[in-house]
Amino acid sequence: MTPPAATSDHLHHLLREMLRIRRFEEKCAELYSSGQIRGFLHLYIGEEAVAVGVMPALGPEDAVVATYREHGHALARGIGANALMAEMFGKQEGCSRGRGGSMHVFDIGARFYGGNAIVAGGLPLAVGLALADRYLGRPRVTACFFGDGAVAEGEFHEALNLAALWRLPVLFICENNLYAMGTRIERALADTDIAARARSYGMDAEAVDGMDVLAVEEASRRLVAAVRDGGGPRFLEARTYRFRAHSMFDAELYRTKAEVEAWKKRDPIDLLRQRAGLGEAEWAALDAAVTDEVAEAVAFAEAGTWEPVEHLTRDVYTPPGGPS
Amino acid sequence: MSGTRRTTYREAVRGAIRDALRRDPRVFLMGEDVGHYGGAYAVSKGLLAEFGPERIRDTPLSESGFVGAGIGAALGGARPIVEVMTVNFSLLALDQIVNTAATFRHMSGGQVSVPVVIRMATGAGRQLAAQHAHSLEGWLAHVPGLRVVVPATLADARGMLWTALADPDPVLIFEHQTLYNMEGELSVDAGPVDLDRAVVRREGSDVTLVTYGACLYKTLAAADTLAAAQVSAEVIDLRSLRPLDTSTILSSVRKTHRVVVIDEGWRSGGLSAEILARVAESAFYDLDAPVARVCSAEVPIPYPQHLEEAAVPQPAAIVAAALSLMPAAETR
Repeated sequence: MTPPAATSDHLHHLLREMLRIRRFEEKCAELYSSGQIRGFLHLYIGEEAVAVGVMPALGPEDAVVATYREHGHALARGIGANALMAEMFGKQEGCSRGRGGSMHVFDIGARFYGGNAIVAGGLPLAVGLALADRYLGRPRVTACFFGDGAVAEGEFHEALNLAALWRLPVLFICENNLYAMGTRIERALADTDIAARARSYGMDAEAVDGMDVLAVEEASRRLVAAVRDGGGPRFLEARTYRFRAHSMFDAELYRTKAEVEAWKKRDPIDLLRQRAGLGEAEWAALDAAVTDEVAEAVAFAEAGTWEPVEHLTRDVYTPPGGPS
Repeated sequence: MSGTRRTTYREAVRGAIRDALRRDPRVFLMGEDVGHYGGAYAVSKGLLAEFGPERIRDTPLSESGFVGAGIGAALGGARPIVEVMTVNFSLLALDQIVNTAATFRHMSGGQVSVPVVIRMATGAGRQLAAQHAHSLEGWLAHVPGLRVVVPATLADARGMLWTALADPDPVLIFEHQTLYNMEGELSVDAGPVDLDRAVVRREGSDVTLVTYGACLYKTLAAADTLAAAQVSAEVIDLRSLRPLDTSTILSSVRKTHRVVVIDEGWRSGGLSAEILARVAESAFYDLDAPVARVCSAEVPIPYPQHLEEAAVPQPAAIVAAALSLMPAAETR
């Protein structure tokens, strides 16, 4: 895929996508405080440039495998804010019929295979999706997102080895936000050069500034093209930072406010806004439009309905007649 | 065609795999040493030459990785048969089996199915000690979203795989490692069999013996001994551990009024407890004696033959358990 020129329109599109995620999640945090969203809620705020930068490199037939911090990926992949917000509420109008909640967003129409709360659990799955594509002769790519915490898991290493061994069409994207929950990378990994670990499996790997959406997009387009051309898997380490707590139960005892403030100076939305040269009026209009979309999503979710308790055991197994 | 031919359980499984590979181009076999080595239990011997390395796919020793890849490939439209060398090794893949394969349909609101088939060897009897010989199929049968089947006969070894591949949900097939060399007659037109029903392998009227897998043959031997003692035992082969065919068990118990479960799994928290709880829940007033069970001793399976034999159910213990439920001979 040829990268689009960094036209004004394209920059506005990227900015809008990142802002949609930001405003959506800010609202989610409020709704969590008011008790309308429950369970665990992991916010992507600060990391928006990664998902928004990678998605334009994918086509509609490609697959996405994400983690429990996946609201941003879902929105950027085209899952509607209404269905996503309804999922956050647990309403049956949600994209997973409310069954999964924040951590288990699925939309098979968008080839979005979760929403996986087992750290590194999605990696073997992505390898398998790519294996099926290769086996069945489909020129698709599977994009697999995970965090730096996954790098310490056995499944990370098993999956990278398999993908490289069989030269499968997977783009691995490590969102390195420096903390596995509260454990800083230096306290978790003997070698903190994550891209180097991927290279040790014989796949090309590179690191990119994960706060720069254009840099992420450029790298993603290049790597996805290489994967689609049959070059085997590729690995992108996006160096990013989570501005909010790990989840809503996190007192952030493991990092300093000064560190967080320093990273906020490189807010991916601010960086792109400056680059796009957006004036106050344009910004205000964009923000208002995005805020309206979120408000509509909240209204949609509030008006949503609860799945009848009688449906509790539905879809443990596939009903006769095949998958719905 | 009709008639039978002499074959082994191993050849029946291999024939089932070959048949699936021929019938459906989406099917492939993957696992540790399934290709060049020919399978740890020689089940897939010769298939690599016949079908090539894309369809008989050797994997590295990474159970979670390749079982997860099988699950992903099933989601992606392929029909993988994943072979795990033994149930003990499958513990390294429990995350993918329990957290992914079993959950995705329900958790996604019914958007996906996971039509993966995972085969593995189970059970004791070949002096392989405590990391190759356990019977953990009951654990997997605990998990909603999975189907767990145990072929004990040649016909089931030949027929369950195709039905499992046609099933849209994950199916785990447990092959007891002492059965691979079992010889017998198999119908030349043996084909798919159902995965839902337990089968009465021997009819009787005095006591119901419920079992599955390789214990079926020890139980049938015990039934012979019981017959010599004027006790008529009915033997049920569960075939499927999840779902459990409760109605076949209850029908038999309502007829015999006595029940013994024979399970190579451990007693505590095991499948035998589940089966007997169902009997107690639904047929308590049909019972003429307390429920009973013969399970493995609560030890890791030991290496020496005499200790291994002592650790798992044997016909003498099954006979003794059944006799303990019978009224004294003079009152019969």
